[in-house]
Amino acid sequence: MTGAVRIFVPCDAAALSVGADDVVAAISAEAARRKADIQLVRNGSRGMLWLEPLVEVETPAGRMAYGAVAAGDVAGLFDANFLAGGDHPLKQGETEKIPYFAKQERLTFARCGVIDPLDLKDYEAHGGLQGLGKALKMQPAEIVAAITESGLRGRGGAGFPTGIKWKTVLEQQSGLKYICCNADEGDSGTFADRMLMEGDPFSLIEGMMIASLAVGASEGYIYLRSEYPHAAATLRKAIALWEEAGLSGKREDGSPRFKLHLRMGAGAYICGEESSMLESLEGKRGQVRAKPPIPAISGLFGKPTVVNNVLSLATAPLILAKGADYYKNYGMGRSRGTQPFQLAGDIKQGGLVEKAFGVSLRELIENYGGGTRSGRPVRTAQVGGPLGAYIPAAGFDVKMDYEALAKTGAMLGHGGVVVFNDGVDMARQARFAMAFCEIESCGKCTPCRIGAVRGKETIEKIIDGKNAPENLQLLEDLCDLMTDGSLCAMGGLTPMPVMSAVKHFPEDFGGKNAGN
Amino acid sequence: MAVLIDNTDDEEVRRICAAHGDRPDALLEILHELQAARGWLTDDALRAVAHILNISRAEIHGVVSFYHDYRRAPPPRFVVKICRAEACQAVGSEELAKHAEATLEQGDDAAVEAVYCLGNCALGPAVMIDDTLYGRVDRVKFDALCKKYASGKEHAS
Ligand SMILES: Cc1cc2nc3c(=O)[nH]c(=O)nc-3n(C[C@H](O)[C@H](O)[C@H](O)COP(=O)(O)O)c2cc1C
Ligand code: SF4
Ligand code: FES
Repeated sequence: MTGAVRIFVPCDAAALSVGADDVVAAISAEAARRKADIQLVRNGSRGMLWLEPLVEVETPAGRMAYGAVAAGDVAGLFDANFLAGGDHPLKQGETEKIPYFAKQERLTFARCGVIDPLDLKDYEAHGGLQGLGKALKMQPAEIVAAITESGLRGRGGAGFPTGIKWKTVLEQQSGLKYICCNADEGDSGTFADRMLMEGDPFSLIEGMMIASLAVGASEGYIYLRSEYPHAAATLRKAIALWEEAGLSGKREDGSPRFKLHLRMGAGAYICGEESSMLESLEGKRGQVRAKPPIPAISGLFGKPTVVNNVLSLATAPLILAKGADYYKNYGMGRSRGTQPFQLAGDIKQGGLVEKAFGVSLRELIENYGGGTRSGRPVRTAQVGGPLGAYIPAAGFDVKMDYEALAKTGAMLGHGGVVVFNDGVDMARQARFAMAFCEIESCGKCTPCRIGAVRGKETIEKIIDGKNAPENLQLLEDLCDLMTDGSLCAMGGLTPMPVMSAVKHFPEDFGGKNAGN
Repeated sequence: MAVLIDNTDDEEVRRICAAHGDRPDALLEILHELQAARGWLTDDALRAVAHILNISRAEIHGVVSFYHDYRRAPPPRFVVKICRAEACQAVGSEELAKHAEATLEQGDDAAVEAVYCLGNCALGPAVMIDDTLYGRVDRVKFDALCKKYASGKEHAS
């Protein structure tokens, strides 16, 4: 064989959490012992998380996957001549032909798991920097028009059209404008932002650069949750490499045209709400601001500010590179493009599935997820994070699209799908939703601050069998009040998981009258 | 005007604040770095930060108490954060937390804390010990990890 064989082992936090570093150490040691000529590449994750650590070997026939590999399997892999793609019980075949992967539409995640996340040449060789190159030759209004035309909507949860937001910021007269990337990813059951920041951080930086050109911003902040120390380390390196390569542009005094800062959160779910995030970025308590004014008009330090989720920003380069139509041609109805869905909880094949909008929840859970990891029947899935609805198994034919989900009383949120087996007690899940709101409420408004406490107590009474019918009525009234009277979606949406559980699983709430 | 007591002879605090241009908007970063250096946030250190950034101690207190990350007491030797959010609940994190509290209570100088999502939701139950993330942590794996951390061998396999 000529030259070193390239072996890919992810440095994604999920892969590391199940021993990827130990596998790397074992491969290095075994290769040295056998005098095998190898080159180890630390890529991001392909998103087939149940196969992590997923080891890929580059062969003339393509990248061959072996997973889930433990350090103890490594000697056996060498014995099986895995360096030439040899057979082994852990062999999964060519990575991109594994059905879970092959059937996806990887647009935002096209490079994730493929390249070395911190190799700019690799990034460029796989289509990186093309979007920025085009943007540099366009007028701001043309960039905004392309994003608007693509139909891209915010992937952070609210689904607001990204182009319209950028247009508002572009129209503001201000010497200072900001791009703020919301990387707080607080929703349970979601990890797409993390995977992207660890597996393809330059795409986020390129997206922020494009946004800055579109609206005329000179500074950017990434607000990253502190639970992601690994992503923080990757981003720091990526930002430094980007600046060293001169990609941030230059002013006359030699300083970068677009200055990017990384800021860490400090463990507060509410700081994912955009105005709370801005307060936090200003060094304050993460208390929600009353709207109006919207951040696009008065955001960070009172200046016009684009606040976008990681995935919204990281998709901008592709839209510019391939054109708005390319992106728009995926999807259904008013949900254009693709959504990175995240399969989590009690699921056999958990991971990231990027598909055009319109795929059914059933397809995701059954065809991709392969049912439960425990082998028990699926009872429900919570879609869209801790503020999302519990959808019963009978409702899994719903299409994953903003409007179709809303019609059934659910929401897409950040695209998380958390699967529960038949052992789940829905009254306890409802109680947890209220308890979570109690813990994470910013405390600014009464319906949320007090409502969550009362809601939790009321559900506890129901669980204890105390006056279930009356207390259910009380719970419903309380939920109406929270929905109508809360200042932000924390208090406003907590009723969604609670009431969906009551509605679809009345038998868990101590009475047949529960649903009305 | 109130008399300001100058606590800024604390060189480390001065240096950390200066690295952020003594900017009040960098308060969270400054507190993170201070906590990383000393393990927790002492009254004296907070007073010094308030003085240097020219903000009131009440403001600092408001910030420190708002965020879950900041410690106002010395930390134990190691901190075990168990994810208690939905995806981990679905694969038994509540049982794991009970087990952890029962086994780690005595003598290990460790604390069990609840967190809500570590971004490892497909490989739950997820646990973070100090800054290292672990996935699919069942009781056996949990006990083995704790043993390693308790004996001071930080890197567990
Ligand atoms: C309680 C709460 C938590 C939120 N958490 C996040 C989050 O972690 N990440 C995120 O991008 N958006 C989050 N959002 C939505 C943001 O407020 C905002 O809509 C989003 O960052 C805008 O970016 P986008 O248009 O690209 O989605 C949250 C909203 C609420 C009410
Ligand atoms: S709904 Fe809750 S989190 Fe939102 S502003 Fe009111 S108290 Fe704060
Ligand atoms: S829900 Fe436990 S890691 Fe996300």
